[in-house]
Amino acid sequence: MNFTLHIWRQKNINIAGDFVTYKIDDIDEDTSFLEMLDQLNEQLIANDEDCIVFDYDCREGICGACSLVINGYPHGDKKATTTCQLYMRDYKHQTELWVEPFRAKSFPVIKDLTVDRSSFDNIIQSGGYISVHTGAAPDANTVLVDKPSADEAFNSATCIGCGACVAVCPNASATLYVAAKITHLSLLPQGKIEEKARAQKMLNQMQSEGFGSCSNHRHCERVCPKGITVSNISKMNQILAWS
Amino acid sequence: MSSIHAKDPTGPLENRWEKHLFNLSLIAPQNRKKHKVIVIGTGLAGASLCATLGEAGYQVSSFCFQDSPRRAHSIAAQGGINSTKNYQNDGDSVWRLFYDTIKGGDFRARESNVYRLAQLSGNIIDQAVAQGVPFAREYSGYLANRSFGGTQVSRTFYARGQTGQQLLLGAYQAHSRQLENDNVTHQSRSEMLELIMVDDQARGVVVRDLVSGEVSAHTADCVVLCTGGYSNVFYLSTNAKGCNTSATWRAYKQGAYFANPSFTQIHPTCVPPTVENQSKLTLMSESLRNDGRIWAPKNSADCTKNPADIKEEDRDYFLERMYPAFANLAPRDVASRAVKLICDKGLGVGSKIHGKRLGVYLDFSAIIEKLGLDAVAEKYGNLFDMYSSITGENPYQTPMKIYPAPHYTMGGLWVDYNLMTTVEGLFAGGEANFSDHGANRLGASALMQGLADGYFILPKTVANYLAQNTLTEVDDAHPQVVQSLKAVKERIQKLMNAPQPKYSPEHFHQKLGGILWEACGMSREADRLKQAIVEIAELETQFWQNIKVTGIDNDLNQTLERAGRVVDFIELGKLMCQDALMREESCGAHARVEYLTEDGEAKRDDNEFSFVGAWEFMSEQPKLHKEQLNYEFIEPTVRNYK
Repeated sequence: MNFTLHIWRQKNINIAGDFVTYKIDDIDEDTSFLEMLDQLNEQLIANDEDCIVFDYDCREGICGACSLVINGYPHGDKKATTTCQLYMRDYKHQTELWVEPFRAKSFPVIKDLTVDRSSFDNIIQSGGYISVHTGAAPDANTVLVDKPSADEAFNSATCIGCGACVAVCPNASATLYVAAKITHLSLLPQGKIEEKARAQKMLNQMQSEGFGSCSNHRHCERVCPKGITVSNISKMNQILAWS
Repeated sequence: MSSIHAKDPTGPLENRWEKHLFNLSLIAPQNRKKHKVIVIGTGLAGASLCATLGEAGYQVSSFCFQDSPRRAHSIAAQGGINSTKNYQNDGDSVWRLFYDTIKGGDFRARESNVYRLAQLSGNIIDQAVAQGVPFAREYSGYLANRSFGGTQVSRTFYARGQTGQQLLLGAYQAHSRQLENDNVTHQSRSEMLELIMVDDQARGVVVRDLVSGEVSAHTADCVVLCTGGYSNVFYLSTNAKGCNTSATWRAYKQGAYFANPSFTQIHPTCVPPTVENQSKLTLMSESLRNDGRIWAPKNSADCTKNPADIKEEDRDYFLERMYPAFANLAPRDVASRAVKLICDKGLGVGSKIHGKRLGVYLDFSAIIEKLGLDAVAEKYGNLFDMYSSITGENPYQTPMKIYPAPHYTMGGLWVDYNLMTTVEGLFAGGEANFSDHGANRLGASALMQGLADGYFILPKTVANYLAQNTLTEVDDAHPQVVQSLKAVKERIQKLMNAPQPKYSPEHFHQKLGGILWEACGMSREADRLKQAIVEIAELETQFWQNIKVTGIDNDLNQTLERAGRVVDFIELGKLMCQDALMREESCGAHARVEYLTEDGEAKRDDNEFSFVGAWEFMSEQPKLHKEQLNYEFIEPTVRNYK
C-alpha cells in the first residue's frame, strides 16, 4: 500500500507549524498506523532529517499516550479505538492522510504531533481521589458494593486520559473526562463522603486550566476509545445540583 | 566469587516481618520534612511509594519518562492480583501463597521475602478497595475471585481484563493527592541518566528533561528506583515501547549488583508478529488455553494453506502429543519452548518474518461445537474481539494464531530484605528488583509485589535508612554532582556524534533482539551463549561507531532517547548471556538444553546452583557474587508437569 501523508510539523509552541507532505510506499496492510509512522521516521533518519515526534507507549490501547487527529478524527474514525490500535488495512480507501496533533488551548503543542496534557493531571490532583491513608483501610469485604454499581463504576473508571474528548469538542471541554472520574468514585460507597466537594474542585480546576464548558454536542462519547458515555455528565450534574 | 547476605531476620517465618518492623528505626513526624527522597518511576511500586511517603510527611520528588505518571506500564496488566484473603473458603492461606510462589519460582527465591509478600497481600486489597478500585463483585456485593494460572484456589482479584489499569489509577490518584501538598513534587517527561554517588552513598540523580533536552542534577537523602523490567531487551516484547533498563543499568554501573539477569519470562499466548517492521507484541490472556487446542501442520507444504483445508490427520496437536497429562495447559515455559521448536522446524503458520513463519494455531472449533457460539462468546468474547481488531481475522471462524513473547523479567537489581541494593541509600522496588519471583513468576503476582513494595515495605525501610544515617548536605556545586552532570552530557554528545553515523537505534535494537531471542530466550545452550556474547560485544562496538541520531540534543528528540536506551540494553544483553552461561542447570524459565530431561523437563541442580547470582560491574569482566538460598521451611521438590 502507498500513502501520501500530510503531517503537522511544528518546532515548538512559539513557532507556527504547518503540514509537510511525505510519501510512503510498500506498507503492508497489517502494519499498524504507528508502525507506519515508525517506518517514515526510519526514512527520515536515513535522509538525515529530524524525526516526527508523536506520543505512544503501550501500543495496546490502554496507556492513553497516543493521540493524533487522522483525517479530522481523534484516534481515526474507527469506533472505540486508540490510534495505536489502527492498522493500515483500515485505510485501504483513503490513501491521502492528514495527521495533526490534538488541538486545544489546554493541550499546548510541544513539538510536531505531541501535546502537553498535564492539565489532565492537575485536574486529578485537585480532587480526583478518595482521601485514604495507606494502612488505614478496613477489611475489603466490610464495604459492600452492589454489582450494578460496581460494574458502572468500572465503566467510568476505564477512562485512559488520552484527551480525545477534548480534541473533538468544539468548546475544547474536558467535561467527559472530569465526569467519568467523578462518577466512578461517586458510585462507590467509599467515595460518597467527598463527592460534592470533589466534583466542585475538579470542575473549577477544569475551568482554570482553560478548558471550555459542555454544551451538549456529544461528540466526546463518539470518539472515546473506551466508550465512556455522556450519562457520566448527567450524573455529575446531578451531584453538583442536588447532593 | 564472594557471598552476599540478605540480612533478613531469623526465627519463625510468621514473625519475621513484624519483628523486623519493631527493630527498624523511626523518624518523628515533625522531623520527616527534613528528609528528601527521590523516586524514579511511577508505576505501581513508584506511585504507591510516593503516596505513602508523601502523606507520612517526607519530601518526595518523583520522575517518570512518560507524559503522565498514570501511563506507566503497570497499566497494561490484564489478569489480576493475588491475595490470601481466602474469601472463597477454599483452603488458601498465607502459607499456601508463600509455598506456591516459592515453588512457582522453582526454588530460586528467598523465603523471608516471599513470606512477607504473602502476608501483605491482604492489606493491598483492603487499600485498593478503600481507594475506589472497582474490583469485580458478586451479586451480593462481596468481592469476586477467580482461579488464575492453574492454581487450585481462587485467590485472584480482578477488574475485568484491566486490573493493572485500575490498581495503577488508584495509586496514581493517591500520589496525585499528595502533589497538592508542597512536600511532594513530580516531573513527567524526565529520564534518569545517572546516579549521583557521594561517599559511597546514593545521593541523587541526573535527569534529562525530554522536552527541552536540559540535563539537571537532583540531590536527596536517598534514591528509590521503581523503573520496571527489561523485557524490551529482546526488542519485541509485550512491554510498552518506552520500558527500558537505563535507570537500573546506571545503578549497576555505579555499584549496585544485578541479580539473575537471565531469568526472563516468555509468555506463550501472544499475537504473532505479522510484518517485518513489527514494533511490539500483544499478550492474549492465558485463559484461552483452557479451551483452545494448539496445533500446527504436520507437513510444511500445508503451512500456507487455509487451516480449514488441512485434514484432521495432518494436524499435529503437539502439546497434547508431547505432554499428555497437561496437554494444552502445559506451563508457560514448556508451552513456549514447544511452540518455538515447531516454528524453527519450519512448521509454523502465518506471515513469513525474516524467513520463518512464527505462529501456531489455537483452535476453538471443538469447544464451539460442544458449547455453542454464544457460550464461547460469553467466556472469551472480549479476547476474541481484541484478537480480531489486531489481526483483522475472526477467531470464531478461523483458528487464532499465537506465538511466545517476552513478558516479564524476574531478574533485576539485587536487594536485601530492606529492598536496598548493594549501594547504600539506593533502593529498588517492583519489577526493577529481583526479589520475589525466583526463576519464574506466578500469574497475578506482579501487581501484588509492586504494591507490597510501594505501600508497605519501602516506606518503612527507607525511613529506617534515613533515621540511621547522618547525611551531610550535598548541593549542586559538590564535585560529584558536577562530575555526574559532565559524564551525562559527554555521553549525550557521544551518541549525537558517532564517527560514522549510519544506522538508527532501531537497527541496533532489532539486531540485539534477534541475538538474544535465539541465544538467551526460551532455550539456552553453552556454545550459542558464548557466541552471542561475542556477537553482542561486536554490536556494541558497531553501535558507538555507527549510531545515527538526527535532530539536536537540546530538544524533544525521541531518536536520542532510544539510542541511549538501546546501548544500555546491549550491555545488559551481554550480562544476561553471561548469567545464563554461568547457570549450568535448568530452573523455572531458564532452560539450558544441556540440562533438560528427554521430555524437556528442567534438571535443577540444588547442590551447585541454589543461589542468587548477583553480578558486580567491573570494567573488564563482571564479578559474580552468590547469595546462598537456604530453605529452612520448604523442602525443594521437583517440578513435574507430565
